[in-house]
Amino acid sequence: MKATQQLEQQLKRRSKAAKLEIWGRVVSFSALLLIVAVVVAIIGFVASKGIATFTSNHVNLWDFLTGKQWNPNITDANGKPEVGALPMIVGSFLITILSALVATPFAIGTAVFMNEISPNKGAKILQPVTELLVGIPSVVYGFIGLSVVVPVTRAIFGGSGFGILSGTCVLFVMILPTVTSMSADALKSVPRYYREASLALGATQWQTIYKVVLRAATPGLMTAVVFGMARAFGEALAVQMVIGNAALMPNSLVSPSSTLTSVLTTGIGNTVMGSLQNNALWSLALVLLLMSLVFNLIIRLIGRKGRLQ
Amino acid sequence: MSKKRWVQGLILVVLLGLGVFAYQTRQVSHAGESITAVGSTALQPLVEAAGEQYTGEHLGTFVNVQGGGTGTGLSQIQEGAVQIGNSDLFAAEQKGIRSTELVDHRVAVVGITPIVNKKVGVKNLSTKQLIGVFTGKITNWQQVGGANLPVVLINRAQGSGTRATFEQFGLNQSRSKTAQEQDSSGMVRSIVATTPGAISYVAFSYVDKTVQELDLNHVAPTEVNVTTNKWRIWSYEHLYTKGQPTGLTKNFIAYVQSPAVQKTLVRQLGYLSPDQMQVERNAQGHVKQLGGTN
Repeated sequence: MKATQQLEQQLKRRSKAAKLEIWGRVVSFSALLLIVAVVVAIIGFVASKGIATFTSNHVNLWDFLTGKQWNPNITDANGKPEVGALPMIVGSFLITILSALVATPFAIGTAVFMNEISPNKGAKILQPVTELLVGIPSVVYGFIGLSVVVPVTRAIFGGSGFGILSGTCVLFVMILPTVTSMSADALKSVPRYYREASLALGATQWQTIYKVVLRAATPGLMTAVVFGMARAFGEALAVQMVIGNAALMPNSLVSPSSTLTSVLTTGIGNTVMGSLQNNALWSLALVLLLMSLVFNLIIRLIGRKGRLQ
Repeated sequence: MSKKRWVQGLILVVLLGLGVFAYQTRQVSHAGESITAVGSTALQPLVEAAGEQYTGEHLGTFVNVQGGGTGTGLSQIQEGAVQIGNSDLFAAEQKGIRSTELVDHRVAVVGITPIVNKKVGVKNLSTKQLIGVFTGKITNWQQVGGANLPVVLINRAQGSGTRATFEQFGLNQSRSKTAQEQDSSGMVRSIVATTPGAISYVAFSYVDKTVQELDLNHVAPTEVNVTTNKWRIWSYEHLYTKGQPTGLTKNFIAYVQSPAVQKTLVRQLGYLSPDQMQVERNAQGHVKQLGGTN
């Protein structure tokens, strides 16, 4: 009788493994909660500050998005502050799209070489090199851009050298490793039997790469490019050093212009919390945040489509 | 399993160590007094150097100095988040600041000069020409007797104290046309030095051999000319407090304003002392001769 009771107790008691399991759950769940809280707090803060431009300073949203004059310190003829963000929005998009356009062929070419043509050399040389590129801090890229890219651009294309072209050159190098390594992963995930079947049908290596591997990896490659674009869009320091920070509509690739991030970093220390000038900058930050959300959504969408096929 | 224990133990020890360290540092900063000064990057070197000297002479005190810009300094002091707000401007000149709540302590004077790239070949401009250059009426240096080079404007960021002073007294309140903006004087100098045709403006202490400073109406940008207001582009450097300062804040500001600091540190770091000035200027820009010394 006593023995069975003891046995029952022993069985009903939580085992060590179960306790560990509960402990693990508590730890991981609280980590999750903390991160969610941080993200929500950041979005909430930026949104509340960014919307204040339109609610408490009565700036028209349409004027903000399409105006071409950015002088928050002064008011225009109608007594409205000049906060037209179009030059910065255009600048950000131009520089992002251009650098992605330039970087994509190089990145996919490198990835193809690493995976299909010469996996040995690729793994030995290219992999460490791209990883090294990821690790270089953006201020170093900016400094090199300022002392090498800007003078070269000035010598070849004229102007002051500061502008979208220099920014594109710097961002191209910055996003290249991201796009390359993600493209390589995408190519790696193409099943081996695709290639074998293609080769067995008599296709050459180039035909296999072009018609089979790249096609099958398209969703992955697109995700890689969008990731690179998201990085280019959000990059502040390096771009700020070479783009010239003039809130002007870019009329050529070598005219000084600005991006959302460059105006934010130059302006935020010179404005007073709660003033219109400060709120206008927060509105730019909100635009930036919304755009990175859009990039995330695109990545998810591509991922979902890729799965369906 | 024993390895896991070992790792767990290590983490625990590290955490404990950090906790003890935090506790210790908490004790130290509470045992003495500490104040924080935030704001203008133009004034930061002076406050930092003075803070180091002061804490060296008065053990147990700590003066924490941070940059962030004039706007940050004024908004932080207005909110009472710090003890001292460093500013290049009169608080009344900055939008969004209730200047009546703040008390002004002037600790230095800074002269600002236009600088150009050496290839420009211009050493003197009239005020009218300078305004023409910055408002975009003059687009080539040939128009003012220089080399055949297009004018490249480089501004400081909007709201920067240097820019506000330059536009008020250098450009007679004309507004510079939209152009490149940089957020630090060092950056401005290196860009002007390397870009043919570039013009910008920096504090005297930033001028070096890589750039050419400009005379205005044949008045040279020198300290002597600033003291007599013959060179009009200068501004006070302010330490602002919310209400009258007390305790360490009061002592520290008195220390910065004392002759010991004004005669040595202020001048070594390229500023002028307000004591040297033969004129006084108020927030509206009105200049008054100071009696006697002339």
